Amino acid sequence: MILARFFAGGFRSPLVVAGMVIILALAVLVPVLNLAVPRGSAFHMPDYLVPLIGKYLCYALLALALDLVWGFCGILSLGHAAFFALGGYAMGMYLMRQIGSRGVYGNPDLPDFMVFLNWKELPWYWYGFDSFAFAMLMVVLVPGILALVFGWFAFRSRVTGVYLSIITQAMTFALMLAFFRNEMGFGGNNGLTDFKDIVGFDIAAQSTRVGLFIISAAALIIGLVITSAVINSKYGKILAAVRDAESRTRFLGYRPENIKLIAFVLSAVIAGIAGALYVPQVGIINPGEFEPANSIEVVVWTAVGGRATLVGPIAGAFLVNAGKSWFTGVLPEYWLFALGGLFIFVTLFMPKGIMGLLGLVRRRKSTPVDEMSPDARADIAPNAAEQQQ
Amino acid sequence: MAFPSFLKTLLLGLLLALPLTAAHADEAELREILGGFAQARNFKDVETVIEALGKTGDSNAAPALRALNDGNLQVRADDKTVVIVTRRGGQEVMVDPLTDEVIAPTQGVTLDKVKIKNSIRRLIADALSGLTLMADNPDVRISAANTMFQNADESQLEALEAALAEEENARVRSRMEQARAAILLKFSSDEKTRIEAVDTIVSRGDREALALLNGYVGQTEGALRTRIEAGIGSIQDVQAFWNMGQNVWYGISLGSVLFLAAIGLAITFGVMGVINMAHGEMVMLGAYTTFVVQQIMRDYAPDALNYSLAIALPAAFLVAGLAGLIIERGIIRFLYGRPLETLLATWGVSLILQQAVRTIFGPTNREVSNPSWMSGAFELGQLSITWNRMWIVVFALGVFVVLLLVINRTRLGLFMRAVTQNRRMASAMGIRTPWVDALTFALGSGIAGIAGVALSQIDNVSPNLGQGYIIDSFMVVVFGGVGNLWGTLVGGLTLGIANKFLEPFAGAVFGKILVLIFIILFIQRRPRGLFAMRGRAVEQ
Repeated sequence: MILARFFAGGFRSPLVVAGMVIILALAVLVPVLNLAVPRGSAFHMPDYLVPLIGKYLCYALLALALDLVWGFCGILSLGHAAFFALGGYAMGMYLMRQIGSRGVYGNPDLPDFMVFLNWKELPWYWYGFDSFAFAMLMVVLVPGILALVFGWFAFRSRVTGVYLSIITQAMTFALMLAFFRNEMGFGGNNGLTDFKDIVGFDIAAQSTRVGLFIISAAALIIGLVITSAVINSKYGKILAAVRDAESRTRFLGYRPENIKLIAFVLSAVIAGIAGALYVPQVGIINPGEFEPANSIEVVVWTAVGGRATLVGPIAGAFLVNAGKSWFTGVLPEYWLFALGGLFIFVTLFMPKGIMGLLGLVRRRKSTPVDEMSPDARADIAPNAAEQQQ
Repeated sequence: MAFPSFLKTLLLGLLLALPLTAAHADEAELREILGGFAQARNFKDVETVIEALGKTGDSNAAPALRALNDGNLQVRADDKTVVIVTRRGGQEVMVDPLTDEVIAPTQGVTLDKVKIKNSIRRLIADALSGLTLMADNPDVRISAANTMFQNADESQLEALEAALAEEENARVRSRMEQARAAILLKFSSDEKTRIEAVDTIVSRGDREALALLNGYVGQTEGALRTRIEAGIGSIQDVQAFWNMGQNVWYGISLGSVLFLAAIGLAITFGVMGVINMAHGEMVMLGAYTTFVVQQIMRDYAPDALNYSLAIALPAAFLVAGLAGLIIERGIIRFLYGRPLETLLATWGVSLILQQAVRTIFGPTNREVSNPSWMSGAFELGQLSITWNRMWIVVFALGVFVVLLLVINRTRLGLFMRAVTQNRRMASAMGIRTPWVDALTFALGSGIAGIAGVALSQIDNVSPNLGQGYIIDSFMVVVFGGVGNLWGTLVGGLTLGIANKFLEPFAGAVFGKILVLIFIILFIQRRPRGLFAMRGRAVEQ
């Protein structure tokens, strides 16, 4: 009953419902156009587009996860790609185990890269990844626990603002360095690839790809329902209060660190799931996914779409990535110019993103503290420096 | 035909008229001995000739022996003269083994190689080091003594002692004495002599001495063995000390690089509370300015290339400072009070600058030359210190002192401190805070630019140069404490030394990961860094 009411909150915003309908339409249309429409037809969707759009769906889910912490809680995480990549690695490990003896070296017990490195037995942390259920559990648990530990330390000691951004960046950077090492047992530089099948389906078959696409779309819709429900719940209101005036919320008797922690962990779990769906569709996961630049790119998708709106980040992820695919095909030299220009343009002229531009954002009753001028902020909380120490 | 050079040798010998001439055979004699290679019928004959050459003690015989070792010493079938075959000016020629003069191309001449085997190679090496002990260049003599130290050979003792008797250079002398000690330790039967030899070897105190002594532990007993074991202990202590010194030096060197990369960031962040993500690109601009300055000087003033850095420094300061000014006026000033948005916008700037440099200069590394006074190395005890690292440490300290003076002694510095501590109050006192912001940002960027000049000397100048330093710079700044020059200095050096001390145990990459984890934990304890800044406006 309580749960039903909670989830009903997810459908309260007409904008979010519209977003869900569009994604649902995509989930139906793409498979139909790809599989049912004959190949010669003008309406036939080429095979390569299915995993490409599927990839965008995963990115959109990642942007949604980031928006939950950045847009609604004011935590600018520059390490969200780390949670995405960890989820991806958990899925990649399951897919590696599914290869069995079909690898280049034909070793039934060890993945190829371990045979290559002369490892004699499977490291303990690879145990259990033969089981799909266990791997899916890890997809959720590994990013979740990392976020829990990291966030617990960071929020408890009131690390905020730019400092928090920097240590999240340090986290993803450290993870990247760690995963690049061969000794870690995650395939080093090359990562995990050469996947064969997933729960018994051939991973290269078009039907499997369409299946993964539909699952990704479903995951995005579910993610949208959950985040929307969270935002519209009582907890969501406190979350916004923490974002807008953390000290005041604390004085009202709430514990901002716990409130932030819940959002941070939920966001990391969603990012992990996005990563797990991403890996089988692109067929590889490597330490490059941990690169700090990737995390910052996610931030720009969110900013382009419109921060603190749920549909915005999804639209942003689709638009920026479609732009990237187009640019890198046509004018590869200029993609970085375009992306860099986008960063500057959006922050200067479109602080509320596309959603703001379309006038789809409800006018806020007050300006959040971190968007005020320093002077105005000092008026509200003159002792901010002292209490934060 | 070799007359003039023969005359020269004679003349030189006369002029020198030193005891050295006693050890020098005259060229005719040398030539006669060399001729023995043509008559040699088997390996035994070849060995005899090599030994004879070794006995002459004349370093003029060295090239022939080296060529023999490389299989280039050959005998002409027609007139049985011994020649060195080598390539000169793109063709294979015969060269006189003593005068190094070209005789004729090898084309059409039948040549027989003087054959050697591995045991002979050893003999050649011994003979060579005996010869080179008499060379004019002290470095050659030292390396000869070091070779003897490592392969102690009784037959060389005589040559060594002869050389030692004439040696005047103290450095060479001590090396030769150590070589002599190594030989005595191995071959002497007198216990007292051997113990003395051990002491001499211990005084050397380096890795070679340690390896040598370790080889004798199992073969000796009694007093000698105790002495050797004590010696090994003391060398190990010395080694541990120097290893520590080496780590500290590497750490200081890395730390000064980190400091240079981070100091500009510390200034901008301190005053404006803005993390400038394009900071690394300012460093990169400085490095590319150095490249451009050197290119221009290569064309117009090739003689002054050694001083190119003196021009590159102000040029880089201006280029990066101007870029910083434009970024501040064009973008950042519209975003004050929104630090996270500033972070994103400057990240965009960094992408654009990277791609611009890639488009203009190409994606590959650009060659920036080291001036001659920055190349090479010098020895400090057992430390080998390269000049470029040394200069960068000096330079970093210089930058630090200058900045300290600017901030504490100039009017701009006063304004900067005022704005950092309390922006509103500073503004009320009549300080034009936007103007201070712009100049501060330009100053921070300019400093990053001159850091780029320094880094161009030790790192690859590529469009990714800045990316490699940006995260490290952040770490230094947040670790040291924002807006505090001392904090940045201590932060940079601490992280540098910590990195280098972790490396031997954990490996380079894992050491770095440990440092990152340490910083993440450190920020939990002290969210404002080592040297926390006091002031209201620091908080955002």
